[in-house]
Amino acid sequence: MTATTDLDVREGVDRETVEAVQSIGSYKYGWDTEIEMDYAPKGLNEDIVRLISAKNNEPEWMTEWRLEAYRRWLTMTEPKWAMLNYPEIDYQDQYYYARPKSMETKPKSLDEVDPKLLATYEKLGIPLNEQLILAGVETTEEGRADGRRVAVDAVFDSVSVGTTFKEELAKAGVIFCSISEAIREHPELVKKYLGSVVPQSDNYFATLNSAVFSDGSFVYIPKGVRCPMELSTYFRINAENTGQFERTLIIADKGSHVSYLEGCTAPKRDTHQLHAAVVEIVVLEDAEVKYSTVQNWYPGDEEGKGGIYNFVTKRADCREARAKVMWTQVETGSAITWKYPSCILRGEESQGEFYSIAIANNHQQADTGTKMIHLGRNTRSRIVSKGISAGRAQNTYRGLVTMHPRATNSRNYTQCDSLLIGDQCGAHTVPYIEVKNTSSRVEHEATTSKVDDDQLFYCRQRGMDEEEAVALVVNGFCREVLQALPMEFAMEAQALVAISLEGSVG
Amino acid sequence: MLKIDNLHVKLEEEDKQILKGLSLEVPAGQVHAIMGPNGSGKSTLSYVLSGRDGYEVTEGSATLDGESLLDMEPEERAAAGLFLAFQYPVEIPGVGNMTFLRTAVNAQRKARGEAELSSGDFLKVVRAKAAELQISPEMLKRPVNVGFSGGEKKRNEILQMAMLEPRMCIMDETDSGLDVDAMRLVSDGVNALRSPDRSFLVITHYQRLLNHIQPDVVHIMANGRIVKSGGPELALQVEQEGYGDLLAEVG
Ligand SMILES: Nc1ncnc2c1ncn2[C@@H]1O[C@H](COP(=O)(O)OP(=O)(O)OP(=O)(O)O)[C@@H](O)[C@H]1O
Ligand SMILES: [Mg+2]
Repeated sequence: MTATTDLDVREGVDRETVEAVQSIGSYKYGWDTEIEMDYAPKGLNEDIVRLISAKNNEPEWMTEWRLEAYRRWLTMTEPKWAMLNYPEIDYQDQYYYARPKSMETKPKSLDEVDPKLLATYEKLGIPLNEQLILAGVETTEEGRADGRRVAVDAVFDSVSVGTTFKEELAKAGVIFCSISEAIREHPELVKKYLGSVVPQSDNYFATLNSAVFSDGSFVYIPKGVRCPMELSTYFRINAENTGQFERTLIIADKGSHVSYLEGCTAPKRDTHQLHAAVVEIVVLEDAEVKYSTVQNWYPGDEEGKGGIYNFVTKRADCREARAKVMWTQVETGSAITWKYPSCILRGEESQGEFYSIAIANNHQQADTGTKMIHLGRNTRSRIVSKGISAGRAQNTYRGLVTMHPRATNSRNYTQCDSLLIGDQCGAHTVPYIEVKNTSSRVEHEATTSKVDDDQLFYCRQRGMDEEEAVALVVNGFCREVLQALPMEFAMEAQALVAISLEGSVG
Repeated sequence: MLKIDNLHVKLEEEDKQILKGLSLEVPAGQVHAIMGPNGSGKSTLSYVLSGRDGYEVTEGSATLDGESLLDMEPEERAAAGLFLAFQYPVEIPGVGNMTFLRTAVNAQRKARGEAELSSGDFLKVVRAKAAELQISPEMLKRPVNVGFSGGEKKRNEILQMAMLEPRMCIMDETDSGLDVDAMRLVSDGVNALRSPDRSFLVITHYQRLLNHIQPDVVHIMANGRIVKSGGPELALQVEQEGYGDLLAEVG
């Protein structure tokens, strides 16, 4: 694509934002699918862990791995250091496994998948059909010819419903399937890498996940392969009182390249629901992984009723020289967000980047940020965080940058901007910086500002209404991060930014 | 077109009266200029007409084609055809100039029940108008007013005016900070927009602009009121003699 058409598309993206504000009500994914489900009995114990393992037809070693995690979890306590306020979670008052009845025998191809499930994803704008591409992406005929396609792994409650473009990806040597399938079909890879970035005992929520994760995605990009299309996983929580615990493992072998997208939504429910995911990324020599998230779990209503509790551990290990990873996240949903996608920069000259937009409106609370652990020489990291708070929301950026003694000549740059809309919300910045050698440098810049009345008036004098004006100004504030997103997501993200701020002015 | 009658305005936050019984009428198709000493309330008038927060109208009225402006939201006034070229155009980081323009144009079209411009049509129009004002394609991509020079900001205001085609254009010191050539570009832009159903209220300190944009009437404003109105010769008199004698004459 040439630079000019790229600009025009970006321009189109902005238009889309503004239209979205006008045309869409608040949370638009709040409907549910009526479908017969199989549940594991409520609560958590060793039998439930065994049952989940059995449901997935797992080998013995996997069951043991889960049990080990479960026993470990029993000895741990929930972390309380985050700036988050929520009532005690009753871990026995949840379902840990929910599967549509129709998924009992795993469909061999998408044609065999229950039409109700396919319709659910269709309605979400994620057609599980290889002829179509992700909704919301304006494409021309040429665009299609360019191969702007996205392979999707669709996860519904506890199971993966199907994965598109598998065969075409297989031709390139790429493995893209559900993690439960990978455990059965590619045990050597799973054994080698599962838990190698986020160990079983890493933290309370990750350990819980290790015990009860039900499904998720698995990606392996072989040596020297540039993945021929974007890969994505779309997580949908549908069942009530059910936690979703997915596990994603991505391995980029030497010199490979992949861009991976993750999207999430859930129905509106009065009760809180737990989501505790783990994402592990292994990046080998000269490989590059770009991981983008648009997190739009149900945030709860204006009074703070309902919404997802989102406790997520995401970590990438740049294990070898010149490995590169880039996290981009747009966090607009969830009642509670506890999430710190991190980079371990182990290989010499490896690079980590973190671009984040976190929006909290009404009673939402977000405590999010990143960790950049510099272990290798000449490593680089960059953090750009844009936090937006509205209503009575609290938004905290928490970041850790460490330069180990051996990580000589390393650099970090952190820019952390907060924007406040109204005067009942809060923004907090908590940076931790540790530099243990003399040749490395860490730069940190932080700003906090309010949405500027002069800017809003200027927009309104030109004819925009107040919500449109706020959406435009906020999108401008987030620009750097939005531009880091793949085009497939940029439009959705911009629209989301606008929608999640609805009702925040006036 | 624009009719202001006995307008009294104070600041919302403090007990400070700024406009003290201002009356003014701009008929359709005419260009009126307002001159007056610093702090006499010219910008305040433009803000009150366009609906900025922070002011309280304690008495009087302002109508556009008979419709009361003062009850409308700022965006409704804009859709009704009122445009203000700001004395200090506002910077909006991260928002492309082109995006801003298109959002504004389509917001107004929508408010008036018209179809939105397609992106192709919009691009064609905006590129042509920008070229006339010697605004480079590069400037169209940059964030709104960010890092623009003073003169570039003013030209950008006129570009917005040309795109929005308002019926009532208020220009607050658009000539300040313009070099000689830019002044000509801006004036040509304004003159091209002159038509029997479009009016202009041009706030300026200098007669020079009025050589390019011939006004029908010149008003002198002092201490929150129009104290004298006359033909273009009034502007010449101000230029030569300053406000001293003029203000003494009207008390
Ligand atoms: N928000 C405000 N707070 C305090 N004083 C204000 C405010 N807005 C306007 N004023 C005062 O009101 C008076 C009129 O201001 P205004 O900007 O309208 O003058 P002006 O005629 O446009 O001046 P200039 O020629 O310098 O642009 C000034 O004394 C100014 O200080
Ligand atoms: Mg002024």
